Amino acid sequence: MRVITAVIAIATGALILFGYFFEPFAIVQTLLLNWAIILASVAALVGIFNLISVHTDKIRRGEKGSTYSALLVIAMLATVFFGIILRPQHTVMQMLLNGIIIPVEAALMGLLTVSLLYAAIRLLRRRVDMMGIIFLLTAVILFLGSATLPFGDIPVIGTLIRPWVSQILALGGARGILIGVALGTLTTGLRVLFGIDRPYGGQ
Amino acid sequence: MIALTTQLFPLLIIIFAAFLLLMITLWKRNSPARLRDIPALTRLYRMLGLSVEDGTRLHISLGHGSLLDARGGSALAGLATLRIIAEKTSVSDMPSIASSGDPVLGLLTQDTLQAGYHAAGVDELYSPTTGRVTGLTPFGFAAGAMNISRNEKVSTTIMLGHFGPEVALIADSSDRESVTMIGASDNLSGQAVLFANTEDALIGEELFAAGAYLGAGASHVASLTVQDILRWLVIAALLGGAAIKLLGTI
Repeated sequence: MRVITAVIAIATGALILFGYFFEPFAIVQTLLLNWAIILASVAALVGIFNLISVHTDKIRRGEKGSTYSALLVIAMLATVFFGIILRPQHTVMQMLLNGIIIPVEAALMGLLTVSLLYAAIRLLRRRVDMMGIIFLLTAVILFLGSATLPFGDIPVIGTLIRPWVSQILALGGARGILIGVALGTLTTGLRVLFGIDRPYGGQ
Repeated sequence: MIALTTQLFPLLIIIFAAFLLLMITLWKRNSPARLRDIPALTRLYRMLGLSVEDGTRLHISLGHGSLLDARGGSALAGLATLRIIAEKTSVSDMPSIASSGDPVLGLLTQDTLQAGYHAAGVDELYSPTTGRVTGLTPFGFAAGAMNISRNEKVSTTIMLGHFGPEVALIADSSDRESVTMIGASDNLSGQAVLFANTEDALIGEELFAAGAYLGAGASHVASLTVQDILRWLVIAALLGGAAIKLLGTI
């Protein structure tokens, strides 16, 4: 069984890869990718069942935070129930989306701002080395250089240093990191394609 | 059939990388790996043993990268690391928990955890609820993952995969519970946030090195060598291109 799953996975990966380079394989590539999208949708359902299973387990055991788990399960089941009956485009469902999900995510985004500021302060406590100081100094310069002030940009910092840091130094560093990530992705992909890494099959 | 400039060159790079990977894997099988010190990965290795001894959990978060696009590479690297961690911590009273924000990745997380337990010979201890999809949007995923550090006696949170700035919420929650954090993301914003939040940050391609440092085998060490070779070739190409352009303008 393990060999069969590996053969199917490797053959599928190879066909999709060939599809990028050889015209005749493009049709097979499209077909396989469409299947993958359908399977990913089914996986979303499995993911939701997993979420329900984890949280019902927590409620059953009376673990810490099980009240939130109960709220989550009730909200999830209610959303599925009313979503099926009313359809997602219904005004009530849209109201729930716009009145709960979007504001909650926006609130989390707001929390993120505070968390990031707090992290920057903690960095001084955690890592007082050259890289930490450069990181904080750069952040301060970029904040000052980008700030909307009544008298316009701060001379030198806003007009010279900030553009130079963000467009030359930061861009160069970002490209370096992205090239490294791309090379890592290439070798990881090849390991999966050769069947050396098999994150499937279970055994 | 193949457009020479746009398609042949990437194909040649893939063939060259594949050839190098296979050759170096065969070579590395018989020679011990010599790896430079990466403090974050040394700490991770130490925390694996400590968590089993002191009866605490590891929380491995694989981010919300989809396997159907370019972010899949970091997710696959995270899965390779998870496989080793699952094997090494499967006999612990408090088994490791893995979280993800993508359903396909969630399924593979469960499969990988199961494979780790199987390799350790303790299939019966595997519980499917140790692999969790905590949310389907980045913030939903973060909100679910930050609860794990708070409620499940976690000693170390390992974040390997695709994370955006929302990872700050998970990091903040871990910090409040005095949980050790080790993390790397293929996303630049996530990378910056993790740099500010972790004691020993993993930068860029170090995300893909975790497997080799945890003893995943010759192929992982070979991957690092191939990355180094390709990186030098990219540097040479960039410098050569700049020199040619400079000479052209003179």
